[in-house]
Order: sequence, then structure tokens, then C-alpha cells
Amino acid sequence: MNFPILSSLILLPTVGALFLFFIKEKEGNNATIKYVALFTTVVNFLISIYLWVVFDQSTSNFQFIEDRIWIKGFINYKVGIDGISILFIILTTFITPLCIISVNNSVKNRLRDFLIAILIMESFMIGVFSALDLVVFYLFFEAGLIPMFLIIGIWGGARRVYSAFKFFLYTLLGSVLMLVAIISIYWITGTTDVVKLYEVGIDVKYQNLLWLAFFSSFAVKTPMWPVHTWLPDAHVEAPTAGSVLLAAILLKMAGYGFIRFSLGLFPEASEIFTPLIYVLSVIAIIFTSLIALMQEDMKKLIAYSSVAHMGFVTLGIFTLKQQGIEGSIIQMISHGLVSAALFLTVGVVYDRMHSRLISTYGGLVSVIPKYSILFMVFALASLGLPGTSGFIGEFLILMGAFKDNFLVAVVASLGVILGAAYMLWLYKRVVFGKLINEDLKKIVDLNRSEYFILSCLAGPILFYGFYPDPLINTIEVSVTDLINMYETSLASK
Amino acid sequence: MENLNLILPEIFISLSIMFLLTLGVFKKDSSKITFNLSLFVILITGIITINETFSVTRETLFNESIIIDHMSSLMKIITLIGGFLVLVISSSYLKIFKIYNIEYPILILSSILGMMIMISSNDLIVFYMGLELQSLALYVLATYNRDQLKSSEAGLKYFVLSALSSGLLLYGCSLVYGFSGSTNFDIISNQLSSNEYVLTFGIVFILVGLAFKISAVPFHMWAPDVYEGSPTTVTLFFTIVPKVAALTVFIRFLYVPFLNLIDQWQMIVVFLSIASMVFGAVAAIGQTNLKRLVAYSSIGHIGYTLAGLATASNEGIQSSITYISIYVVMNLALFSCLLMLRRKDQYYEDIDDLSGLSKNHPLLSLCLLLILFSLAGIPPLAGFFAKFYVFKAVLEQSMYFLAIVGLLSTVVAAFYYLRIIKIIYFDKEKDKYDTDHSLWLKFSLTFSTILILFYFIFPSQLVEVVSRINII
Repeated sequence: MNFPILSSLILLPTVGALFLFFIKEKEGNNATIKYVALFTTVVNFLISIYLWVVFDQSTSNFQFIEDRIWIKGFINYKVGIDGISILFIILTTFITPLCIISVNNSVKNRLRDFLIAILIMESFMIGVFSALDLVVFYLFFEAGLIPMFLIIGIWGGARRVYSAFKFFLYTLLGSVLMLVAIISIYWITGTTDVVKLYEVGIDVKYQNLLWLAFFSSFAVKTPMWPVHTWLPDAHVEAPTAGSVLLAAILLKMAGYGFIRFSLGLFPEASEIFTPLIYVLSVIAIIFTSLIALMQEDMKKLIAYSSVAHMGFVTLGIFTLKQQGIEGSIIQMISHGLVSAALFLTVGVVYDRMHSRLISTYGGLVSVIPKYSILFMVFALASLGLPGTSGFIGEFLILMGAFKDNFLVAVVASLGVILGAAYMLWLYKRVVFGKLINEDLKKIVDLNRSEYFILSCLAGPILFYGFYPDPLINTIEVSVTDLINMYETSLASK
Repeated sequence: MENLNLILPEIFISLSIMFLLTLGVFKKDSSKITFNLSLFVILITGIITINETFSVTRETLFNESIIIDHMSSLMKIITLIGGFLVLVISSSYLKIFKIYNIEYPILILSSILGMMIMISSNDLIVFYMGLELQSLALYVLATYNRDQLKSSEAGLKYFVLSALSSGLLLYGCSLVYGFSGSTNFDIISNQLSSNEYVLTFGIVFILVGLAFKISAVPFHMWAPDVYEGSPTTVTLFFTIVPKVAALTVFIRFLYVPFLNLIDQWQMIVVFLSIASMVFGAVAAIGQTNLKRLVAYSSIGHIGYTLAGLATASNEGIQSSITYISIYVVMNLALFSCLLMLRRKDQYYEDIDDLSGLSKNHPLLSLCLLLILFSLAGIPPLAGFFAKFYVFKAVLEQSMYFLAIVGLLSTVVAAFYYLRIIKIIYFDKEKDKYDTDHSLWLKFSLTFSTILILFYFIFPSQLVEVVSRINII
């Protein structure tokens, strides 16, 4: 494969953004601007689907590798994908066009700049998932801060400045330690190429500190308890499309990082720190679920539920069982779809009522039935009802956890119940009950584009809930190989 | 017979200065022609420098008191480019303040001459001569807008403190001379190897004097006041060009005469570096004047360059030089933006004046955004790579503490850069600024912003040029 398909996947959104840059911003051009952005992202989505089709599922080797000299004698620009990363890339290219369709109402001013930010963000996110060199990975990982900071800060809600700063500084603080670790790895092993590092391995005596440095970055990004506090703020203040990107994709960077780097590069250290991850994950699951129960703001509730779901993900990853890791990946994909959908559903009523408070609503089912049905699908998917993708993920994770540590699994299972509690209670308060608020009587049901977006999301959620095989087939070989590599390197010591 | 071609740039520039002075005496209203001629002079000097010295690995002149090597030629070129761009974007600013006189370009030229001598010096006396030549020109430049109280104050402050530091420097030089019996760097390097206390004093005095010139903490007190008080174009000159020269001398001192005394100075440089990084980041948070803020941010940046120097390795020196080159570009871009904040012949330099800039001036704000993120060291902009090289060198020597403190202070520093971005992008807009800027100003902003933005595509070039510098 000579054509640099991954690089074009990464670059295409940026090129689209460049086009937008030269379109003059005025009222009449808004439609053009949107169509250009949409066109770019849809093309990108189609490319990524093509990638999935030609992707060879029978090998765990990296495919579509591009390797060029970047900084002579030091870093190569190396990208490539395996079964794990391709799913995240497709998730990214799938969610972004939906975000762009959804900006209809929520973004009033500076539509062009907003779309430029989103497109550039997409480039960086795809870059993160396809980077095969630590420095390249870091570059994309960090660069994403800039557009996200602007998205929250310019188009956000009332406390947007505070949230944008908190988001930026928290993440930056976590990642600088990772930078130290990356450079140290270079000096220890002489390379930052992930594939070579998998082969060479890193000396055990360095692993613990390096693992912690990577952990500090991923823990903030995941986010794990107790460094999760930036997430509710960022989610609440960000515009809908921003929240969607944040929840659906940005958080997955960390989960992906755990799998690709923490497990792959530091197996011994991962073994040592597994209890730490377990404890933090379980706390995240239980504690943030309880917090979610008490929220009055819908977006905040979903944000806390994200923390809880990501708790499941980290738990699953570090069970180091086939089921656990596969479950985590599916849970991440599923959470990407579900949380995006939930933020969009909140966005729908927010655009109409300009309130995110649960108490504003109630009895929606009698005025906007279509909306209520779709909302139900997403709420049920979020709590992990069998038949939705959320179930597959949580079930596999818990299976892996039971194999590894009974107590942790039992406590984590409690989280599933709590998840059902806050989600159903939210749904009950918003959709059922009496229609008390007079203003709600005038509320209109989903318009065409909203209906389209939400059905697009509901489709895969239900489809993969019943038939997860395509996902599992894609990741299976890679995960098996990862675990084998992990076990052999543990055994050899 | 000495090969005078090697110092042709210096000879040419000094003859030109004399010629321009004479021209100023005999021709009335010659400021415009002096300006243009000076630009021409710098250009020619640059070309000569590239032609005559760029490929020279190492040559000495005049009993080894002048040295031409890869470092000196590269740093001279950076100095000249910096000087050229400063001069070229100065004119409209000076015209508004009615200080568009012949002295300005001549002073800039003479300080550049002084710096070139400093950069090439391989001898205590030659070094001191160059230093004083550039300092004297800089004192006058600082107070150039003499009708303004602040400018005069800045000049006086700079003069007093700088004279003090020159005194310390001289005292250190004399101590070193006393121990080695020579003023030549190479001979000193061979003579000094003992651990005598008094010699350490000499080194400390010299380092203090140099730290003052590059405004490293705790010898930075003059910088904010002088930067704020001086005319903006002169501040720009202060923040980039003398720093390049002083840094070169710093490198030369540490790695030629004091090479055998690494144990003595390494801790000092590490301290200077950490103090500058941390202090620069923390103190900038409370600033409301942009020029003061730039002063503190430049203190922080000097901290990073010193971190590279503290490693006592070629890698470290190269990373410092890379850092300072990228820093020059970033500062040039930043000041080009500042010079665009003009409304009816009045320049604005408070942070609040930037409020809501993005609504009225989207392109200017975009440039500022990129520049500020680059200064904060966020990838993929050039500023990130600058820091990256430095920390790569620092970690090679396993100086983890320095690296971690440095990177944590980038997070603190990111806060105040973000604050400016917040004001530009998130706050309410104010009145429009004038947009009739000179072509050169626009050029320098576009040029430097493009360099910052697209540096990541071809990072190897700069690394290659710099990697020829092998001092140790």
C-alpha cells in the first residue's frame, strides 16, 4: 500500500478547515460553510469505512504503516493502525459529521471559526489514534487542547472561561510528565518507535516511574477519580457539539493510551499498579454514580455518568483478560455513541427551552413523543440494557473482572445498578410525570436534522447490541496478541 | 598576515557607522536616507558574514583574541536578522513619537557591532570592549524617547544597574586573570584547573555579570522597568538581540575558559535556570502591562535556554541555541502584533486593550493566538520544539529535577498566556484599531507567524545548522 491513506485521513479535515478559512464569514455564507465542513467529514468517514473494509482482521501487525524521517536521526513520523485503533478512528470520523450537522441552532455566532476548530480537532484525534511514535502521539495528544480550549471558551455557557482554563491546565499538567517519560524512554532505549519498543521492551527498573508519568496524563484525560473534576465543568459549559466531541472521543484517547502504551510498554509496572487502578476505578464507578444521582443539571449528570463508565473501562483494561480488554474497547465505542447521543438529546431540549435543569422539564412524552422514544433508547443503552451496545461492553468487562478479582467485580456490579438508578430517574423526571411547566406545551418535536442525527446514533447502538461480532472480530487478534505479549514479558522476568 | 576577510563584517559595519555619522553632520533631514542605508548596511553585513565565515570551522585572529567558528557565525546572522527586522518595523512607530532621527539607526548599528565583537571574542579584553560598546548604545536607546519620563527613567535605571554589573564582571575578569596569567580564553582554560576559593569568586562574579545581561533571576530586576519604559521598538530590540549576544558569550565563558571547572558552575547555572523559569512564570501572572508581561515571559524563556546550558554537553548547547533562535522569531512576531495596536497615533500596551480583539481583527488575533500558544510551548507550534530539544538534552544528562521543574513551570506560564488569549477571544470587544500598517510590519508578522506555525513540517533544517556547533 503506497498511497498514504492514513496521512490523508489525518490531513483531510485540516485541508477542509483551510478552505473554510478562505470563505468570508457572513450570514449568506453559513450554508456553504456548513456544507464544506460536512462534505469533508463525510468523505473522511467514507475513507475510514473503506479502511475498515480492506483492513486485514487476521493479523495483529500494524497496517497501512507510513514511516518517514521527520527530525533526522531522532524521530520518524510513523503512523499505522491495528484492530484496536481502527475502531476509534471510525468512531471519530462517524461522530464528527454528526456534530457538524448538529450545530444548526446551538452556535449562533462565528459559525465558520467553530467548524474550523472542529475540523482541526478531528485531524488531531485521528492522529492520536494512528500515531505509532511516542513523540508523534504526544504532539497530537497535546495539540488537541488548543481547539478544545477555544470551543469551550468562545462558544460555551456562562462559566466558560473558568471551565476552559480548568480543562486546559489540568490536562497540560498531566501531560508534561508524560513528555518527560517519553524523552526518558528515548534515552533509555534509543527509540520512540512503538513497534520497536514492543520488541525491545523497557528495563524493569525504569518501568514504575515511567508508568506513573503516563498514568498521570491518562488519568486526567480519562478522567479517573480524583482528577475528574474538570470534566463536569467542561461538559456543562461547552456547546453541545463540544460536549459530544469531548465525551465521545477525547476521553477515549486516554483509554486507548492505557491499552497501547501502559500495557504494551510497561507490562511489569502495569502488573504492580493494577490494584491502584482497580481501587480508583471502583471508587469512580460507585462514587460518581452516587454524585450523578444528586445532579439537577442534565449535562452534569451525563458528565458524571461518563466518569463512571470510564471507570468500567479502566477496570476492564487492567483485568488483562481477553474479555476485559475487549469489553473495555466495546464499552468505549459504545459510550462514545451513547454519550454523544445523550448530550445531543439534552442539546435538543436546551435549544428550545434554554435550560438544562431537570426541574424545568417533566411530562415531555405527551408533547414530543419521537424525542422521548429516542431518549429512552439512549438512556437504556447507557444503563446497559441487554440488546444495546452498552450491555455488551459492561458484561464483558464484568466477566473479565470476575475472573481476576471477585470482590472488585462485585462492587463494580453495584455500579451497574446505580447506573440504572440515575439514568431511569433522570428519564422519569424529564419525560414522564405531569406536564407542569406551561412553556413546555409549545415545545416542538425533533426536526429533520435532529431526527436524522439521533437515528444515526441509535442505529449502531442497537445493531451492535444484538450483533457485536463485527466489532469483536476486528479487535480480537490484536487483543489476543497484546495479552500474549504481556504474559510472555511477565513470564520471562 | 592575518586573514582579515574573517572580520570583514565588523570592519564593514564600523566604517559604515562612521560614514553615516558624517552624512548626518553634513546633510540636513537625512533621517530617511540614514534609515535606508542602515538597512542596506545590515543586509550587506549579513551577506558578507554568510559568505566569509559560515563555512569556517574554527579560525582565530590577532593572537587568538578573536574567534570565528560555527557558533559565532550563526549567532551573528541571528543578531543581524533580528537587528534588520527591528529597524525595519521601527520607522512608523518612531515617526509617530517624532523621534525619527539619524541617531536611532546608528545606535542600533553600533550596538550590533558591539554584539558581533562580543560573539567573536576569545579574550577577556576584546569581550569587555564589545560588551561596553553595545551597552553604551543600549543606554541611549532605552532613553531614546526622552520627552517621556518613563523612557528617561528606564535609561537611567538600565545605565546604573548595567554599570554595576559591568563592574562585577570586570572584577571577576581580573580575578581570573590573576589566577591564569592571561586574558586569552584558551590559555585560561589550560591554566585553570585548581579548586581555589578565590577563583570560584572570579567565576561567580563573571556569571553574575552575564546573568544580569541576559536578565536571569535573581539579576532580573531591571528588565520589567526598562522594558516598560523604553520605546516599544527598543524593547523589542532589548528582548531579542542583546540576549542572543550575551547568551553566546555565556556559552563561550562556560565552555572555553571554565570548561574544567564544571563542578563549580554547574550548580549556579542550574539555580539560575530554575529560578528564572519559576519566577518568570509566577511573576507574569499579575501583570497588566503587556510590555512588563513580555519582560517576565522573556525571563522565563531565558531560564529554559539556561537549562540547556546547565547540561554541560554539546547537545545542551545546541538545544539552547535552537531555543533562542525560535524565541527570537516568536518575540518578533509578538512585538509586531503589539505595534499594530494603534488608534489615532496612540499605541496601546495594556492587556485590557486587547479585549475582544478577535471580533474586529480576526487575522491579527489568529496570529496572536498562534504566537501565544507557541510561547506557552503547546505542540505543534515552534515553541514546543524549542522546549522539547532543551528537555531532551536535559534528560540525557539525567537531570530529572531540572526537567520536571521546567515542565511544571510551563504549565504555570501557560496560565498567563491563556489569560491573554481569553481576553482576546472571550471578552467583549472594544473600538477598532487602525489597520494602515506599514508593509514591513505586516511582512514581519506574517513571516514570523508562518515560521512558527509550519516549523513542525521541516524541523530538521534548524537542527542541522545548529548541530554543527561543537564547543566541547
